[in-house]
Amino acid sequence: MSAAVDSAVYRPAEFHRFEAGGRQFVYLVPSAGVFELNEVSGRILDLLAAAPHSAEMLAERLPQYAPRDVFEALEELYQSHAIQTPEGFHEPPQQPPPQFPLQSLVLNLTNQCNLSCQYCYEFGEDKIATPDGKPKFMDWETATQAVDYFFRDSAGRRSLHITFFGGETLMNFPLLKRVVEYARNKAAGEGRSLDFSLTTNATLLTPQIIQFLSENQIGVTVSIDGPKEMNDALRVFSTGKGSYDIIAPKVKQLLAEHKTRPIAARVTLTAQVADVLKIFRHLTEELGFQEVGFAPVTTSSKALYSIGPSGLDRVLEQFRELALEYRDWALAGRHHAFSNVSDTIAEIHQGVSKSHPCGAGLGLVGVGPSGDISPCHRFVDSDPHTLGHVSHGMDRDKQADFLTRGHIHSKYDCHSCWARPVCAGGCHHEAFVRYGDTGHPNLHYCDWIRGWTDLCLQIYGEIAVRNPEFLAHFDRRKTLQ
Amino acid sequence: MKNLRAINRKAHAIEEYVSAAQDDVVALQQGRGGNNNPATRPHYPVGCSIVFSPGWEVDSAGGTAGLCQPAERDLYDCYISCFWPAQVPDHLNNYPDWTKKCASATKDWKDIDLVFP
Ligand code: SF4
Ligand code: SF4
Repeated sequence: MSAAVDSAVYRPAEFHRFEAGGRQFVYLVPSAGVFELNEVSGRILDLLAAAPHSAEMLAERLPQYAPRDVFEALEELYQSHAIQTPEGFHEPPQQPPPQFPLQSLVLNLTNQCNLSCQYCYEFGEDKIATPDGKPKFMDWETATQAVDYFFRDSAGRRSLHITFFGGETLMNFPLLKRVVEYARNKAAGEGRSLDFSLTTNATLLTPQIIQFLSENQIGVTVSIDGPKEMNDALRVFSTGKGSYDIIAPKVKQLLAEHKTRPIAARVTLTAQVADVLKIFRHLTEELGFQEVGFAPVTTSSKALYSIGPSGLDRVLEQFRELALEYRDWALAGRHHAFSNVSDTIAEIHQGVSKSHPCGAGLGLVGVGPSGDISPCHRFVDSDPHTLGHVSHGMDRDKQADFLTRGHIHSKYDCHSCWARPVCAGGCHHEAFVRYGDTGHPNLHYCDWIRGWTDLCLQIYGEIAVRNPEFLAHFDRRKTLQ
Repeated sequence: MKNLRAINRKAHAIEEYVSAAQDDVVALQQGRGGNNNPATRPHYPVGCSIVFSPGWEVDSAGGTAGLCQPAERDLYDCYISCFWPAQVPDHLNNYPDWTKKCASATKDWKDIDLVFP
């Protein structure tokens, strides 16, 4: 490598520096590359953080190293874009190719639900859906049209994914069964692989349904908020009665009999239900879930169940505790069920640098009972967000509008944020609920995102130092949400 | 790279990219801060097949005014640095003195004469 003995003045480019396992690392922005620094490159970054320096000045300030070593480290830092000259780097924002092929379809089989969870974005005070006059259950014709549309617009992809969603998905189980068979045959005919998953509140699980899910290798995510007193705080039937006693035995049976795909629990954190550790222990140790993911409720800040800033801090504190347990287990080569960590680490490991926060409207669409296409399951049945209809496909202008708004390039607040490769402004739906614009950055949780990403980087770095073999788990892991 | 150790997959990709660029695609090298170091100065590419030289093409209006470098300079791309017997006399073997009367290509190009091999 050539030494950079030129008169250029260097200053830091964009990165987030962190320490893990006693070593120094940088997370480069926007490339999302993670590098470990040796001593001299760390010292160079220290000096540049204080003031711009030329190569010769640096060599003078670092007499303990041979000038050649300083120049060489400087050159590597420059080439990997950790540091820059006053000209900076010109890195034009990349647009996804037009007509990006679909990869995932979310079918909302019904917009009806047998529970009345008070925070639900589909029915609660923040609902954006406009279901009046639309069918409540998807019919066979719409479902097949949706699958046909999905196969058409995913041309070129070899593996596809269909997720069943609701309302309560299992209220339309007969349709689910037929769609699985229909889509399977179609995929086999085209030589493509296809897998399925569904999200359910578990109230309607029966031994027959469990057997079907297991035989067809359908991944299951169960919405459940923890032990009885917590789950029943907001996850209630319309009578106000809690759902825990109904679902606990069914969930146990599901976990016992469905082993072909991982079964995950998904917890919605609210002001009332935020004891992360207790919920996690209950779901893993008492019920037996292998994966547990948490998400703070999506809502405007005024709702009673909204977690305020201090509540979020407490949640992050507990996340930290659990994440460190994840780290210890990973160092010992064991699987830990806290999937928020594994999801983030998977993205860090790949070096994902997102133009958009998620695949919504890009590689993923939601289709509701009426056949309307929306960016994802959360926008289903919401007229202002409809992007087309399964009978005639995607309206490319509307899609382009949605994607332009949501592109990291149009979120000015994010342009100086080091966490943007993983966050890209956050969920479009949450942004709409909070700010009335799907393209608005979710500025209410930046501290949270940065704190969380920093923690996961540290855990990642430590695993990379002390048990690098463990990271092979993430080589193949899909990072699609 | 010796000082930075690539950890994640993106970092490995960056490393590959950097070392590919260093293993001498000279056209990609960049000059920084005044270019007084030969190692970081842009090199003159050898051979026109690895750069886009408009050569004797014309611009969209059919003239040469809109080409991205003075058309006269293209002469030298082929004359000086190319071994290939191109549309201009070659400097290396047969016509070392061809542009002797041409001190500055943009001004004196009219003084360059035809050759009759
Ligand atoms: S929303 Fe906040 S955390 Fe996310 S990229 Fe933008 S500024 Fe960063
Ligand atoms: S992150 Fe938000 S917009 Fe994206 S798929 Fe999930 S719910 Fe939809």
